Amino acid sequence: MADQVGVTKKPGGWLRTSLGSRNLMLGLILTMVFVAGALVSFVWTPFDVTKMDIAHKLATPNTTNWFGTDHFGRDIFSMIMVGARTSIAVALVAVSIGMFIGVPLGLAAAARSGGWGDEIIMRGNDLVFAFPALLIAIMITAVFGPSATNAIIAIGIFNIPVFARLTRGAALTLWTRDYVLSARVSGKGAVRISAEHILPNITNLLIVQGTIQFSLGILAEAGLSYVGLGAQPPIPSWGRMLADSQTMISFAPHMALFPGFAILLTVLGLNLMGDGLRDLFDPRIRRGRG
Amino acid sequence: MLRYFLKRLLSLVISLAVASVVIFVAIEVVPGDPASYMLGINAQEDTIAALREDLGLNVPVFQRYLGWISGLVQGDFGTSYTYRTPVADMIGERMWVSLPLALFALTLSTLIAFPAGILAATKRGSIWDVLVMGVTQLGIAIPNFWFAMLMVLAFAINLRWFSAGGFPGWENGLFVGLKALLLPAVSLALPQASILARVMRSALLDTLDEDFIRTARAKGLTTGQTLRRHALRNAMIPVLTIIGLQFSFLLAGAIIIENVFFLPGLGRLVFQSISQRDLIVVESVVMLLVFAVVMVNFAVDLAYAAVDPRLRGRS
Repeated sequence: MADQVGVTKKPGGWLRTSLGSRNLMLGLILTMVFVAGALVSFVWTPFDVTKMDIAHKLATPNTTNWFGTDHFGRDIFSMIMVGARTSIAVALVAVSIGMFIGVPLGLAAAARSGGWGDEIIMRGNDLVFAFPALLIAIMITAVFGPSATNAIIAIGIFNIPVFARLTRGAALTLWTRDYVLSARVSGKGAVRISAEHILPNITNLLIVQGTIQFSLGILAEAGLSYVGLGAQPPIPSWGRMLADSQTMISFAPHMALFPGFAILLTVLGLNLMGDGLRDLFDPRIRRGRG
Repeated sequence: MLRYFLKRLLSLVISLAVASVVIFVAIEVVPGDPASYMLGINAQEDTIAALREDLGLNVPVFQRYLGWISGLVQGDFGTSYTYRTPVADMIGERMWVSLPLALFALTLSTLIAFPAGILAATKRGSIWDVLVMGVTQLGIAIPNFWFAMLMVLAFAINLRWFSAGGFPGWENGLFVGLKALLLPAVSLALPQASILARVMRSALLDTLDEDFIRTARAKGLTTGQTLRRHALRNAMIPVLTIIGLQFSFLLAGAIIIENVFFLPGLGRLVFQSISQRDLIVVESVVMLLVFAVVMVNFAVDLAYAAVDPRLRGRS
């Protein structure tokens, strides 16, 4: 188990460890495959994803259409490539929203720990926690109609308290350290200390959590587009491909299999990468995710 | 304990009050005029005026909010614009599907996760541990609605053991009802059970390293006794937290899973209402779900205090 793996402090030790960590390598490879697919889809896909070809509809996987075709004769492999773009874009922007708002809030709360500002920020966080991303999406969609942007906003809002809590918790312990004390003695203000001393020391933690929230974002985006609250046609998205396949699952199961595996493998890759990075950054932390 | 309880109760009331304001503003204030929004762009002026009167939109916003809240407290959720029936009745009906589904899933998830987590922790490093960790890694990554579709394909379409969807109602007997909810509950439970099993494992591993476990063994307790009397009890705090958090995910997840199985629950209701622009129904269902989540977290906080007396002292 990874908690038994000791990390040597020799130069190049981390490189060897990261190459030696099966989780990290497997996670990186899986993630890279999907990121590469998404990037390549900007310049090339085997077929045009908007082109319908009714004569070849519901074709099972073959040498021309590697993953078969859907009920409109569109190439599923190409749709998965473009769908990766949607998934990655939505999850990436949503995690960024969570980080850019949540981290400063958490830093501020820790800097003024125990004060009313801290109290308001943390209670506000509790409140957002009471709204699962899906409920936020439902409210936004009920009023503004469904779109990929609304999915991003919903998942992004849900991410804010996650990062705020994590940052506050980690920053609170750092504030008691001697080097922070000496920075205070030298006259640095709370903002400078947060930016120069606290933030650099929690970056690893944020990267690991960011990876995990990214994978949750991919799952959430798939769920939202599955129920029609995410990206709208004609933009291909994995969740909607699954929704389309549902009524045809008895005679065209390939339509449901490939997008599902795409989601599963991407999320799996990101999770393995997150676990691997955590072990790499802090081998003392025992594995076991919450 | 009483002080702790009152403090938690106060924060519960504040959370609910703020949540209700957020929901009210998002759904009734942001769209501008809900009446013309609900009727669409082709509506006649007088129809809109009539609906506005009907919804009580002519009174000031603050008064409308108070009216909504006092209605909610008395169990009056307003009248659905589309169905012309009281929203409370519609929700009451659907609740008999969604709530049993969430509870069924929570039960399954706990029943799977506890033995799996305990097995992995006590046989750490063994083939069982590797198996549990591998399967749960997959369980976390699989989208539950896709897993649900695969189960429909396998057990309903190919094997014909279950129906592919729908709900016969509880009046046909408990067994028939539970059978219809089994596949949805399993698909909801799988990711949750995976997370819970991992939390159980790591919490138990932390506890098993403690000195008091060695003391317990040294005074002659068997492995099983030590596990039951000392280790599990102490590992329960993180496990309870996750179970509490999971309930809200189960309720939200149920909304999506109900769509896979065409179950007439709250999830189907809310999506129908969105497409029919029946804002009153959406507003009430969202408020109800938030209420459920906040209440469960309150219960978890109290459960903590019961399990760990040290927490009562802290605020």
